[in-house]
Amino acid sequence: MLGIRPLLATAAGALTSPLTPDDYRATLNPLWSRNRPSGRVKAVVPETADAATVLISPGLGWRRGIAGQHVDTAFRIDGVWHSRTFSLSSPPDRADGLISITVKANPDGLVSRHIVQALRPGDIVRLGQPAGTFVLPAELPERLLFVTAGSGITPVMAMLRHLAAGPRMPDVVLAHSAPDPSKVIFGAELRRLAARFPSLRLHEQHTRPAGDQRSTRLTMAALATLCPDLPARMAWVCGPAALVEQAESYWRERGISERLLTERFHPNLRAGNGAGGRVRFVRSGRETTTSADTPLLMAGERSGMLMPSGCRMGICHRCLVPLADGRVRDLRTGVEHGTAGDLIQTCVSAAVGDIEIDL
Amino acid sequence: MPAATHLSPQDIEDLGRELDRIREEVLASRGEQDARYIRRVIALQRGLEIGGRAAMFAAVLPPAWLAGTAMLSLAKILENMEIGHNVLHGQWDWMRDPRIHSTTWEWDSASPADGWKYSHNYVHHTYTNVLGRDRDLGYSILRVSPEQPWNPVYLAQPLYNLALAALFEWGIAIYDVEIERAFRGEKPWDETLDQLRGMLKKVLRQGLKDYVVFPALAGPAFLPVLLGNLTANVVRNIWAHTIIVCGHFPEATRTFAEAELDGESRGDWYVRQLLGSANISGPPVLHLLSGNLSHQIEHHLFPDLPSNRYAQVAPRVRALCERFGLPYTTGSLPRQTVSVWKRILRLALPGPTPARVPAPVPGTSPEPVARAA
Repeated sequence: MLGIRPLLATAAGALTSPLTPDDYRATLNPLWSRNRPSGRVKAVVPETADAATVLISPGLGWRRGIAGQHVDTAFRIDGVWHSRTFSLSSPPDRADGLISITVKANPDGLVSRHIVQALRPGDIVRLGQPAGTFVLPAELPERLLFVTAGSGITPVMAMLRHLAAGPRMPDVVLAHSAPDPSKVIFGAELRRLAARFPSLRLHEQHTRPAGDQRSTRLTMAALATLCPDLPARMAWVCGPAALVEQAESYWRERGISERLLTERFHPNLRAGNGAGGRVRFVRSGRETTTSADTPLLMAGERSGMLMPSGCRMGICHRCLVPLADGRVRDLRTGVEHGTAGDLIQTCVSAAVGDIEIDL
Repeated sequence: MPAATHLSPQDIEDLGRELDRIREEVLASRGEQDARYIRRVIALQRGLEIGGRAAMFAAVLPPAWLAGTAMLSLAKILENMEIGHNVLHGQWDWMRDPRIHSTTWEWDSASPADGWKYSHNYVHHTYTNVLGRDRDLGYSILRVSPEQPWNPVYLAQPLYNLALAALFEWGIAIYDVEIERAFRGEKPWDETLDQLRGMLKKVLRQGLKDYVVFPALAGPAFLPVLLGNLTANVVRNIWAHTIIVCGHFPEATRTFAEAELDGESRGDWYVRQLLGSANISGPPVLHLLSGNLSHQIEHHLFPDLPSNRYAQVAPRVRALCERFGLPYTTGSLPRQTVSVWKRILRLALPGPTPARVPAPVPGTSPEPVARAA
């Protein structure tokens, strides 16, 4: 049976052809688009010296997700849209309907620096829908363990806020690593939560306290000591690749991998050898040249292509495009591969010589 | 061999490098100001379209009909010229805005964007003014160069050029399908018929909107709204035709033989674009309404630079033409229009004998080719 909504949409489409009613709505106010959701920045709140939380009022087309999920965003910097994926730091059930992402400015990162330093209330942000499996299950386990480092706290913060707003705080251990107390993102709020809920235990691992040059990272052995019932807990680990890999092998060795969920930041990309090559986008007829260690995603974006993208670190597979000709190198492993028709992850693949992409 | 001029290969290489530098400079300086420009033009166009169609609901009152028709005509002109043509060229792709991108855009013209991007961006812009290759040269029905053999049908070309002006979007849409190439066996029929179906689907959709849905919504004003929409489409067609024929057919523009494409360098290509294109001088509003095709020369040198930048680079291109002794054909809209019509009227009759520019003699520098005022 045809609903009334699709009928109305078809009728309205006859009035706006070749555009869609959504194009007109978005021209009046980007927040009114249902097809390509946007949000308006309400505030940019500093968290630490180089990190900030962006509070965003999402527009009509946005659907709220589950605590712990990430969202594709795009920011306009000097006329050009740049897409990045961030974990939501807000719980899905915030009373004021706002959502937030929390971003640490990377000195070399155009987008993260823009967000922390230049983004202003009123600015428009393009939003994707929340996605990802690094989430709280519908049925909460009795005991939970969160292991985070740096900005890896953001998805966990969304979960903790969700739990704090719920009927009961379960038994939670949170082991969070940061260089020193002043660099703990959400430090004050985490300490407040730990004081408020007896069942929430917070361990702060300060890896470079008071400017100490010796690094004191949290080892798996230390983690097992401070959380003796680790194997009995459902665990979430989020942070740099090294931490996540250690955790994965630790849980695997104990045969309890099914009790572990992970999410990592920054892939370890290897420099390619060779000279890169020419990349031709077959359908659009566009061509660009690229180096051996530039991800094809970046090369395409620089040439003005609308590249599908997601996590930008080889995890989410949202950037898959068909290879039409040539070979690519996986920048994480250095392995060369590819035959015509293969779907390749452009965010972690570089051209080996001249290639063609079916886009 | 490449188009003959008095320039030495070294001159041509130097000219090419200078033009490349202008292009690089613009590419490197694109930013928020340019992005804001196209967003504003799009907002203005959509505002005019909504305003025009709203005003026409009161079309039983003649001033409302006039205001509505004028606004809708302007909206359709902006939509085809400054927005559609240029977005489909990829001039705004660098913004990576999925709403303003050559791969997602569709325009209010009978030609579906995909086919048009091929016939225009590729065929016309690559083989500009090359007889037998640039199908835009006379649109397969006009004789605009003495090299095209005369036949008695051309006696009627002044008349059917007028008809083409009024029906321009449909003319271009049919022409994009390249039916004559299918008849000659150069193009598979199934591809041609597919394109024809796509075009008819679009023509139907656009026709339904302008001649059925909006008039019907206006109830008692059905007929005035239908006539207003028809007027707006015809005004837009005549305007687009006028601007476009002024771009390549004024008397001073040159055509080229296919042999001149052999061994063409980047510099040679630039020279061919320069010699085959003509500008229209006038106030900023003319540039806006012509989609900056009033800067046809700059557009042909740099088809994918944002159109708002052509006015800025025009003085530099002109200075280069003067330095290298190349013509920079420009003139007011009436003057260029008269020039085009003179050519169309003259070439409706047999002759004249094609005059070929002589090949350059190494070491000499003959007079620059005909320079238009």
